[in-house]
Amino acid sequence: MLDNNQLLRFTTAGSVDDGKSTLIGRLLYDSKSIFEDQLAAIESTSKKKGHEGVDLALFTDGLRDEREQGITIDVAYRYFTTPKRKFIIADTPGHIQYTRNMVTGASTANVATILIDARHGVIEQTKRHAFIASLLQIPHIIVCVNKMDLVDFSEEVFNKIVAEFEEISSKMLVKDVRYIPMSALLGDNVVNRSGNMPWFQGAPMLHTLETMHISSDINKVDARFPVQTVIRPQNESHRDYRGYAGRVSSGVLRPGDEITVMPSGFTSTIKTINLFEESLEEAHAPMSVSITLEDDIDISRGDMIVRSRNKPEASQDIEVMLCWLNNTSAKPRAKYTIKHTSNDQKAMIKEVVYKIDINTLERVNDSELNMNDICKVKIRTTKPLMIDSYRENRTTGSIILVDDTTNETVAAGMIV
Amino acid sequence: MSKYYLNYLDELESEAIFILREVWAQFQNPVILFSGGKDSILVTHLAKKAFYPAKIPFPLMHVDTGHNFPETIQFRDDVVKELGVNLIVGSVQESIDEGRVAEEKGKSATRNALQITTLLDAIESNKIDCAIGGGRRDEEKARAKERFFSHRDDFGQWDPKNQRPELWNIFNGKHFQGEHFRAFPISNWTEMDVWNYIKRENISIPSLYFAHEREVVKRLGTWIPNSEFLILEDHEEVVTKKIRFRTLGDITITGGDESEADTLEKIATEVAGMRNTERGNRSDDKRSESAMEDRKRQGYF
Repeated sequence: MLDNNQLLRFTTAGSVDDGKSTLIGRLLYDSKSIFEDQLAAIESTSKKKGHEGVDLALFTDGLRDEREQGITIDVAYRYFTTPKRKFIIADTPGHIQYTRNMVTGASTANVATILIDARHGVIEQTKRHAFIASLLQIPHIIVCVNKMDLVDFSEEVFNKIVAEFEEISSKMLVKDVRYIPMSALLGDNVVNRSGNMPWFQGAPMLHTLETMHISSDINKVDARFPVQTVIRPQNESHRDYRGYAGRVSSGVLRPGDEITVMPSGFTSTIKTINLFEESLEEAHAPMSVSITLEDDIDISRGDMIVRSRNKPEASQDIEVMLCWLNNTSAKPRAKYTIKHTSNDQKAMIKEVVYKIDINTLERVNDSELNMNDICKVKIRTTKPLMIDSYRENRTTGSIILVDDTTNETVAAGMIV
Repeated sequence: MSKYYLNYLDELESEAIFILREVWAQFQNPVILFSGGKDSILVTHLAKKAFYPAKIPFPLMHVDTGHNFPETIQFRDDVVKELGVNLIVGSVQESIDEGRVAEEKGKSATRNALQITTLLDAIESNKIDCAIGGGRRDEEKARAKERFFSHRDDFGQWDPKNQRPELWNIFNGKHFQGEHFRAFPISNWTEMDVWNYIKRENISIPSLYFAHEREVVKRLGTWIPNSEFLILEDHEEVVTKKIRFRTLGDITITGGDESEADTLEKIATEVAGMRNTERGNRSDDKRSESAMEDRKRQGYF
């Protein structure tokens, strides 16, 4: 039954009061993904805290500090499975000081869910969440208009919020937006259809997540294969085997394809594509395979195998939308290690073109890069990177910067 | 248009293989932490796939508490022989004998927490810069915050509030001398995924996971196996039951469930219908609400 099931990753962004934790708790509870001992634990905690009934929000509590302060600090991952799909939720905090965590959670998501409190409508935070979803090119957005029970399940209120959101999202690059009126607290339109909103013709949230078409979100055109490592067994039976191990970033590769190795420019033909003992007829994203070539050429980690007729750009000068992740601000003209696919180089931030005011979404002239800032920068690398634009390719279009004095990951960037 | 997508098990497999290859590429001296439990067996199986036709390029490392199920040790030795890899054993008994740690006292004393010192000592003395573990985010709330590449300072400690962000598929394993990493290739797998995959790949696992007759004692709502290490209370009675274990830890702390599931098929069906979490029978997690977080901060698995 589960054989053709896909994995869907979605992110939730929200703050303490808009019911995000309750929504996740409801989704897990109504889809029967919560175990009895977990339920018993939160029942007793609810009682201890003097809450009425079971506080579903307690399911998402994580670290001790988070429990004590009643907030989400970090990205937490949660899992549930239905007969149709397996789901991974990246649960992220919604406050402005956690922009970096939202960006992190969004980087691998197929779907972003944005919560709106029906009483308040679209607020600054909503804009910020929508902007991050569009910046990270999350292909689908579900706008959850929550707490409908507090506005008498009013269709008018819902329609007004939809119109407000349409207005802000029309200025952003978002492709597929769905709107669902719900009450996470009471369970309306989360897993089960609401009897309180007969005017709503759409599906509840879980059904929407289960049936959303995500296969076409993967780039199937531009074949890109960053080499992670070279497999050279030193044993009798495979003495001459030399396999290039990696994960297909995009496109489709088949034995017989004419390929070019970048940056060297050597060309060859794919001989075999293997996954363990199997020989495959083709490989596509996100498969981890090893590839052998007809010719013996020099290839190592950091190189990229691409189809000869469709190559990425090799460039030392890149423009990037950067999100600063670290509490140490960027130093002017400082050097960093840039990590791009399996390639590490040195890099320097040459220029901050503009910074984005995350509340108004306006461009501002400010070259200081502090934690949670999002800005457009020009970066120069010591050797060329094989890049695509992030819009076309999430893997070959993304980079991180590492501070060599601390080894910490200080920034994440999307190539323009 | 043909169907260019993976089912969820293939996608999880592909992700884990990617992580294992990143570990190999980014570290000098990685090991797989091998307990003989299903998760570390799964990681080892995935490593076999990741580097085929070469053999697994990592040694296996076992932290031996001395309170083992004999079946687990036998299984470990068979795996090492079959794969032709090295085995590093860190012995809790030796740590006790050398005075590095002291046995806990009282009737619920275990060697669980003592493993931390032995593990960190073994990592240091073998100059290991990355220890690959079978930890999964669905197991426990502190583990839900864990990274794929998780930094440990030069005291082996985890700082959950100051973790490196992980975006896309870019992993940063850079570290200073004396620090190390833990890598968790199966972070995104749930218990059910593990069983479905073990069934699909027909991976061999210790007999303890299958229903079998065993002498047990009812303690804290679960069946604790009778062993030379178990100190019986006056009111406790040793009985023989048909049980199986959902997780394997020390023989002193791992509770079994009554079960008839004696094939992988039956186990997968049984797990699908389970109403309690898998670590619910592990008394090491029950000590306090943050028992796992506290141990992980100190350097636990």
